[in-house]
Amino acid sequence: MATTVSSRNPVLYRRRVSRGAKHLMLIGFGLVMLYPLLWMISSSLKPEELIFREPGLIPSEFTFKNYTEGWTALAHPFGYYLWNSAVITALSVVGNLVACSLAAYSFARLNFPLKKLWFALMLGTIMLPFHVVIVPQYIVFSQLDMINTIWPLILPKFLAHDSFFIFLMVQFIRTLPRELDEAASIDGAGYWRTFFRVILPLCTPALATTAIFTFIWTWNDFFSQLLYLNNPDNFTVPVALRTFLDSSGESSWGPMFAMSIIALGPIFGFFLAGQKYLIRGMATTGLK
Amino acid sequence: MVDSLSLKSEVAAPAPAPAPKRGRGRPRPSVRSRREGWAAYVFLIPWFLGLFLITIGPIVASLYLSFTDYSLLDEAKWVGLDNYVKMFTEDPRFWASLKVTTIYVVVSVPLQLGFALALALLLDRGLRGLSFYRSIYYLPSLLGGSVAIAILWRKIFGADGLVNAVLAIFGIQGTSYVNNPDTALSTLILLHVWTFGAPMVIFLAGLRQIPSSYYEAASIDGAGVVQQFKSVTLPLLTPIIFFNLVLEVIKSFQSFTQSFIVSNGTGGPSDSTLFYTLYLYSKGFKEYEMGYASAMAWVLVIIIAGLTGVNFLASKYWVFYGDDSK
Repeated sequence: MATTVSSRNPVLYRRRVSRGAKHLMLIGFGLVMLYPLLWMISSSLKPEELIFREPGLIPSEFTFKNYTEGWTALAHPFGYYLWNSAVITALSVVGNLVACSLAAYSFARLNFPLKKLWFALMLGTIMLPFHVVIVPQYIVFSQLDMINTIWPLILPKFLAHDSFFIFLMVQFIRTLPRELDEAASIDGAGYWRTFFRVILPLCTPALATTAIFTFIWTWNDFFSQLLYLNNPDNFTVPVALRTFLDSSGESSWGPMFAMSIIALGPIFGFFLAGQKYLIRGMATTGLK
Repeated sequence: MVDSLSLKSEVAAPAPAPAPKRGRGRPRPSVRSRREGWAAYVFLIPWFLGLFLITIGPIVASLYLSFTDYSLLDEAKWVGLDNYVKMFTEDPRFWASLKVTTIYVVVSVPLQLGFALALALLLDRGLRGLSFYRSIYYLPSLLGGSVAIAILWRKIFGADGLVNAVLAIFGIQGTSYVNNPDTALSTLILLHVWTFGAPMVIFLAGLRQIPSSYYEAASIDGAGVVQQFKSVTLPLLTPIIFFNLVLEVIKSFQSFTQSFIVSNGTGGPSDSTLFYTLYLYSKGFKEYEMGYASAMAWVLVIIIAGLTGVNFLASKYWVFYGDDSK
């Protein structure tokens, strides 16, 4: 059949065909993976009654009604919940960056009594299921009258509760040459100065990874926000979405999809902007 | 032949590194080391506050509470082992939640890791557009835990959802998959498998650590693609597989959001999506049986520690750490 063509360079020919097939497969599979997301986007732009009549991606009729309707469907405009989420998320990022980098510098560079014990404890808390502390934490926060405030959500971040990030930064600081610290010390810099002027600037990639993951995890976090925020005035995006689902039952999927897409927007944005750090952070430490 | 080549493994599992081996070094002037010690503890102040106030303190308190009857309003009443006994002997929902979670973990984690590994293998070896594919496959793991995606899932598998809309094209009329006790859990498993991107990225990093000289040597020895996979790739990748396995088991045992949203917080239909943590939540924070919830939390810790321990023990038989660790 095609022997004359392929016999000129059968190996190359076969390789090109198999590579093409591979790409086709990967793209096809990627499309299947992303189809639910694309379908949600397209559904949010369709009139409600078309959503389940058209499994395809291109709406036969465009409308932004779902967005305007969804934005005002709850007690507050949706922007209000976005703002609440943004405040908690921003403070969590700051808290994690400050507290975890301080602890990481100490573990990675300084010698002190009982260091091994503390380090082992720090590693141990990474794997600890948080359910084992959640009940007493809740009791304490409720006795401090902090339910329905943002404190239970951000205070742990300022106390380096996410020890995972300490570990990430310790690993990173260890790769920095010690000569830098020594040079700074010869120049008369103390520990604080060394930390702020030498270590911290060089840690930017680890700090970026921490910031991005803290952002995504806090933005997505449902359990603790559901637990600590019961007043609609304090609702964040995930809790507001849940209320939306509760109140509208099996109806108004269009507006719900529209608000879901708005909720996912910031994560998608950070994903695009910080992909490099995400992938690197994942690859070196295996976080998610 | 090929096996002997792969003995000197250079693949390092991204597992937690051992504690730093310093401190026993050369003795220093004591003033300086004392100053260093002080500085170190000052840097650690926030972490220490956290460790004692919101980790160790609550751990101790929760252990105590697990032996009490406590509802936030009254004083905690010591009941000994009652919570635990009740859990194991009189609480069918506890067993249901354990069963549901176990099925979820046992089915979804191997599937997820299987996809992750397969895709990582396909993407390896200088494929053009690698970073593009990697992003596409990775994206769902970032979004998968959110309420928004759980809402989407509920609708995809709902009575008039996407799945049934597609089936309708072929003339098949389906029912709601999330409202059917036989299929509800499968939809959550599917959601978990959908997030295979994160372990895939870790696999890709691991694959890149395997020196290409191993493959060259193997192919000189006449090993085909399959043989190369079996003798080079797989053994050298076992530490990464192990790492992903431990991590995903721990994580998926604690899944919460998906089942909460899909079942409206009930774990229904007929407890078919009652995840362990969902039951713990409703016991502790809906019925305010906080002693019971604490006991459940401790059982969870023991289960997870046990599973991790079993994983580590079993790893001796299949994880390959290279020659020097023997």
